[in-house]
Amino acid sequence: MLKLENVDMSYGDLQVLWDVSFEVHEGEIVVLVGANGAGKSSIIKTISGLQKVSNGKIIFDGADVTNQKPEDILKRGLVHVPEGRRLFNEMTVEENLIMGALWGEAKEKRAETMEICYDLFPKLRDRRTQLAGTLSGGEQQMVAVARGLMAKPKLLMFDEPSLGLAPVLVQDIFDIIKSVRKQGITVLLVEQNVQATLKFCDRAYVLENGKIVMEGTGQQLLNDDHVKEAFLGI
Amino acid sequence: MEMFLQSLISGLLVGGLYAIIGLGMSLIMGVLKIINLAHGQLMMVAMYVSWSAWNYLGIDPYLSVVLSVPFTFYLAKFLSKYLLNPLIEKDSILPENQVLMTVGIGMVLVELARFLFTSDYRSVQTSYTGQAWDLGGVSISIPLLIAFIVSLLLTAGLFYLLMKTDLGRSIRATAQDRLAASLMGVSAEKITVLTYGIGSALIAAAGTFFLPIFYLYPDVGPEFTAKAFVITILGGLGSTVGAITGGIVLALAETFGATYLSSGYRDAYGLVIFLLVLVFLPGGLKSLTKV
Repeated sequence: MLKLENVDMSYGDLQVLWDVSFEVHEGEIVVLVGANGAGKSSIIKTISGLQKVSNGKIIFDGADVTNQKPEDILKRGLVHVPEGRRLFNEMTVEENLIMGALWGEAKEKRAETMEICYDLFPKLRDRRTQLAGTLSGGEQQMVAVARGLMAKPKLLMFDEPSLGLAPVLVQDIFDIIKSVRKQGITVLLVEQNVQATLKFCDRAYVLENGKIVMEGTGQQLLNDDHVKEAFLGI
Repeated sequence: MEMFLQSLISGLLVGGLYAIIGLGMSLIMGVLKIINLAHGQLMMVAMYVSWSAWNYLGIDPYLSVVLSVPFTFYLAKFLSKYLLNPLIEKDSILPENQVLMTVGIGMVLVELARFLFTSDYRSVQTSYTGQAWDLGGVSISIPLLIAFIVSLLLTAGLFYLLMKTDLGRSIRATAQDRLAASLMGVSAEKITVLTYGIGSALIAAAGTFFLPIFYLYPDVGPEFTAKAFVITILGGLGSTVGAITGGIVLALAETFGATYLSSGYRDAYGLVIFLLVLVFLPGGLKSLTKV
């Protein structure tokens, strides 16, 4: 469904992604793991069009989307839930959800999708007229996910969804991600919480210094000595 | 007492127009994150459009709003697209340079106006210019009343646009978080250009409705840029509600100052309040109302 072929990307003179190639198949949960600064978020930003590819190709749903504008990539159903949630804090929960569904089919089915989101996150229904900035961290993350769902994604990319959340909430977020997949949405996830995510993902890629160094199923990587040493501290 | 009421009413009526000027400024400041120092100059352009329509074509100044507003809207969109936006895209260019660019735009507009229309004071004479409505000793100027009603309608229209439409939400979203907005498919570039256009269209409307009340000359531009600046600081930077209160406070300060102290220092009273606000209430009136 999503395929990166030998992608290089630089911030100015500083190259951060080197020859990155990977694939996400329809219906999968794929995780990119790696230490801080390994380039995980940079990959997501590059896929969603916020950063320009200097070399290589990004193919989504059979179409070349390399270096397209973020809005055009979004309209194809490739949706990015950003790191740190990035809600519109001075807008209500409902307005935040509306912002997720500005275009095409998502806009036509706005009311319908919103009901689905409220069923998924009943707490948000109670808080729909509240300003997003006044919600708790966990609730804000729910809004961020729901806002992503409002766009009717085929593939939803999460950038560090558990960052800054209390441990009890982290499990909730992972449950949410699993329920997203149950709705037929493919998931690409970037996480620092390596052990927990490797347990429920289908496949994972390990990133070091902007290069993909390893790939495999979650279980394979959990048992891998290098992964154990580098990320799990075992 | 009558004198007090008279000042209060005049102040409030002018305040409506000042509020529109402030709203345009807040809108631009919210999205572009810069102070638009060509604000009053764009208003002056709109006033000359209306004056020309009246002088050469005999069009009533209030009707010529259908010419001055679109003209200023498209002029502002052009300016922001080709002169301001290219400066945002280059990381190496300081944001301050955009402010300097607006200063440059303002100067060019003023001197162009001087070249085309000379520095002479212009005014329009209409059948209703001097008319007033007598309410037992307090008189309400008809042009000011019309201007006030129009400014209420414009304010209501702007709030409807911002709160109830996708476009308005996109503008607010871009002001709050540019990156998140672009992930929602909102092109920050288009919103920036459009916001500069809408903000300028608002002052264009205000300018046209000022025309039967004030004299027009090229340097009226910088004067109103200063007023717009005072209004936004009074109200609190970037606050729409603050822009309205700021506009009314400035207008009241000017009218009461002119009535009770000396009308020669009309423009100074607002600046005195401005200084007091900066010293004692740095967040503007916004910090009192929390909106």
